[in-house]
Amino acid sequence: MAITEKTDYSLIGPNAQRAAEQGLVAAEWYHPDVPRKRMKELMRRSDGPALRDTALWLALLVAFGVAGGLFWGTWLAVPCFVVYGVLYGSTTDSRWHESGHGTAFKTSWLNDVLYQVASFMNMKEPTFWRWSHARHHTDTIIVGRDREIAAMRPPDVAKLVINVIGLHDAWHTAVSVGRHAAGRLTPEEKDFIPESERFRVYREARAWVTVYVLVVAAAIALHSFLPLMYVGLPSLYGRWLAALFGLSQHAGLAENVLDHRLNARTIYMNPVFRFLYWNMNYHVEHHMFPMVPYHALPKLHAEVAHDLPTPYPSLLAAYREIVPTLLRQMREPGYYVRRELPPAAQPFRPEMHDAVFET
Amino acid sequence: MSAVDADGWVEACAVDDIEEEDVLEVHCGGRTFAVYRSPQDTFHATDPLCTHERASLADGLVQGDIIECPKHNGRFNYKTGEAKRPPARENLCIYPVKAEGGRVFIRLG
Repeated sequence: MAITEKTDYSLIGPNAQRAAEQGLVAAEWYHPDVPRKRMKELMRRSDGPALRDTALWLALLVAFGVAGGLFWGTWLAVPCFVVYGVLYGSTTDSRWHESGHGTAFKTSWLNDVLYQVASFMNMKEPTFWRWSHARHHTDTIIVGRDREIAAMRPPDVAKLVINVIGLHDAWHTAVSVGRHAAGRLTPEEKDFIPESERFRVYREARAWVTVYVLVVAAAIALHSFLPLMYVGLPSLYGRWLAALFGLSQHAGLAENVLDHRLNARTIYMNPVFRFLYWNMNYHVEHHMFPMVPYHALPKLHAEVAHDLPTPYPSLLAAYREIVPTLLRQMREPGYYVRRELPPAAQPFRPEMHDAVFET
Repeated sequence: MSAVDADGWVEACAVDDIEEEDVLEVHCGGRTFAVYRSPQDTFHATDPLCTHERASLADGLVQGDIIECPKHNGRFNYKTGEAKRPPARENLCIYPVKAEGGRVFIRLG
């Protein structure tokens, strides 16, 4: 059925109630059967891969940061800060994400440290986003329940474009941090952040404000905005790759389905992108089995690929679908991409997903 | 269905039904439990569902004394029931367990 007016995505609006009435809240989602023995192998935690990848990431961050400082005032600083910015403002999104799931490292405190550091660099308040992301996994792309729907219908293209340099998210994060530092939450935030966790939201926001005040003070004292090139600004000028990766996960696909094969994308990417993105290109698999660490996702993909839609061959191929879809949704908000399952794939709740499977 | 004896014990499964450092969903005494075999070869039982959003813990990952929920990675100590990692906040109910003659028994509360 075509949607003719702007959809209300609020978590406290009528669609939240409708989602509950339709059985879409905390519902049973489809996932392929993987033998328990194999699943245990795939879920097994290890510190090794994330220690190696984090050491490499930090080494690159420091190397390009130091080079940028040494070349500051010359054109050679530009490529240094381009790379530093991506490492700071984009790759931290996948580090934030994986450590938030607790799957990056086997050792819990390593996950906790990475989560706090990456959250700050990624401009995602740690406790706030922990609960937001838990909801995203419970009710993925369910209207009125999931606040992490990046491309709503009709899409706000201006917001998506300015978010390539993080401006929309940065502004909202700044407002949100200020509100939380003052000890307040919106009614919508209260919908997904339990009362017992709210003190952490306030405490973290105050710590962030302190850090930013110190960085700005350093810039003023030094009569240079170099300190801001290291902390703060890279969340904007280095954001573009995370924006490209992030939008590709669900944009233009079905809403209000209980099958991640229909509302998420798996995209084949080159090894450099997969290092930067920590394999989140296997996004259908991640949503089906969030216990599987990033380094085991390619193996999980091989295990369940027969039951999944054909993966996109590249990020470019995904955007060849996403861009026209979003443009069409601007004038036809009811339109979405219907993913085709392979002939031998298990259908799930066809009575509910008939419209999605129609071609 | 296994009978409950006078002391409240009910047979849950065979010892060999559960691998070391693993969990199994068991139906006995008209109820459902998650039964764990620890790396120390001791057996433990809890309610079967995560206290956060009711995912089956039998699909989760056992690491040492910890069971991790498959849905949101909340963690519990399955020996004490204590919630150890958000989004799990509410403790799990635990039940007395004994292993005798190659069988695992749970005492119903």
